[in-house]
Amino acid sequence: MSKYIEMIRMRFLMMLAYRLNYYTGIVIYTINIGAYYFLWSAIYGDKGSIEGLTIEQMTSYVAIAWMARAFYFNNIDREIAMEIKDGKVAIELLRPYHYLGMKTMAGLGEGIFRFFFFSIPGMILVTLLFQVHIPYNGATWGYFAISLLFSFIINTQINLLTGIMAFFFYNNTGLIRAKRVIVDLFSGLLLPISFFPLWAQDVMRYLPFQGISYIPSMIFTNGFSHSELLMALGQQCIWVIILLIPIQLLWIVAKKQLIIQGG
Amino acid sequence: MFYIGIFFQYVSQYMKTRLEYRSDFIVEILSDLFNQAVNLVFILVVFGHTQFLNGWNRDEIIFIYGFFLIPYALFSAFFNIWDFNDRYIVKGEMDRILTRPIHSLFQVVIERMELESLFGLVTGFIIIFYAGANLGLELTWYDPILFVLFAIGGALAYASVFIVIASVGFWSDSKTSIMPMMYNIGNYGRYPVDIYNKVIRFMLTWVLPFAFVGVYPASYFLGKEEWYIFSFLTPVVGLVFFTVSVMIWNQGIKKYRGAGN
Repeated sequence: MSKYIEMIRMRFLMMLAYRLNYYTGIVIYTINIGAYYFLWSAIYGDKGSIEGLTIEQMTSYVAIAWMARAFYFNNIDREIAMEIKDGKVAIELLRPYHYLGMKTMAGLGEGIFRFFFFSIPGMILVTLLFQVHIPYNGATWGYFAISLLFSFIINTQINLLTGIMAFFFYNNTGLIRAKRVIVDLFSGLLLPISFFPLWAQDVMRYLPFQGISYIPSMIFTNGFSHSELLMALGQQCIWVIILLIPIQLLWIVAKKQLIIQGG
Repeated sequence: MFYIGIFFQYVSQYMKTRLEYRSDFIVEILSDLFNQAVNLVFILVVFGHTQFLNGWNRDEIIFIYGFFLIPYALFSAFFNIWDFNDRYIVKGEMDRILTRPIHSLFQVVIERMELESLFGLVTGFIIIFYAGANLGLELTWYDPILFVLFAIGGALAYASVFIVIASVGFWSDSKTSIMPMMYNIGNYGRYPVDIYNKVIRFMLTWVLPFAFVGVYPASYFLGKEEWYIFSFLTPVVGLVFFTVSVMIWNQGIKKYRGAGN
């Protein structure tokens, strides 16, 4: 266990070494949120609320969705793909740890770094600039934290899956790009799921993506009733378990594939 | 002439390498298509809840998006320089470029081009014709000429911003992440600029001229007369900004001292 915790620490320190980069990152996110702020203001016009969300809730939704993204987002799919292409993965597999577990921990180290140096200052900046409603209810924060942890796990699991694909395709950069686009849309980062037409909502209900962004953001903006909230957390939990299965299966097949290639 | 010859040689080399890995080529086009589809879905879903965006209707917004895709495709096919700093300055590739007898920027551009992005032209035209038909827009004989001028002007305006940022690398060789930021700001130009506040509008017009990539030129074809002046400025702005950016690049080259290994 201690080696996994060491991995979190190492990655955190590595990110710290490049922290200057993250000041520009905060600006990027703020600008992005700003663009959506103006766009949504124009969309709302003089409407009081759309699909149960007021303009203030919508602004908060956009802000928290992007700030949460800083925590759950990572590039481990690209890292895995690179290591497979370079053949480095052969050495990694000899080491006394679970390769995918180690990558997950690296992602977590990155996430924790971004959370403290990026999301929190970013959120403060955004709150000063736009009308963002911060909940003052301890329970909301608690549920949000649990939900955010699930969203990290689900997103990481999907990244592991796309990363492992590099064992089977010569080049999976296109796949990784397509995955990112799909996650941005279906997770509710760009648009709350409740804004979609009903048939699309029905389809998305059977996909793991809304556990990544929609659920934590709705919890933060108090857009869920209590029973909806518990259902949503349960749904996230179930996806975390279900996604373990394809990862394990692909990983077993992938390791065999690697031997054929000769490493 | 010399430059055109070199350009086509690079294109043919490019096609050879790309067709070697055909599946990759197709996946890349598909992921671009996905991206465009997501942006369209966004517009469609939004207009499921509202009739107008500051007086612009759904098909007008779709038309602007379709137009935006065309200069954007030209830009991303030829100015794929978002990792210039990392690739050419930090890793010292620039030294190799400077030993060649052609202009350094031209060399970088043809080395890094990504012709599959041109597929965006096809989606752009499909979207424009779809939205145009819905709006009942009429074509005159000079519209295609203006269209080409506006599209090239928009692509040059877009490119100039990225050339300037790439040039910053000549003065400071540390890694920066301004490039992705610019891609996000570029998206501002896809929506009617009158929804933003005055400061952003001014920025998008005269500092980072992204409004000339989407909304301004598209306004002409939509018959929005109040924006005509800006529409017709598109090629001018494109040329002026591009010239200035190349001048900044040339200044940067003089400053460049190599990665020092």
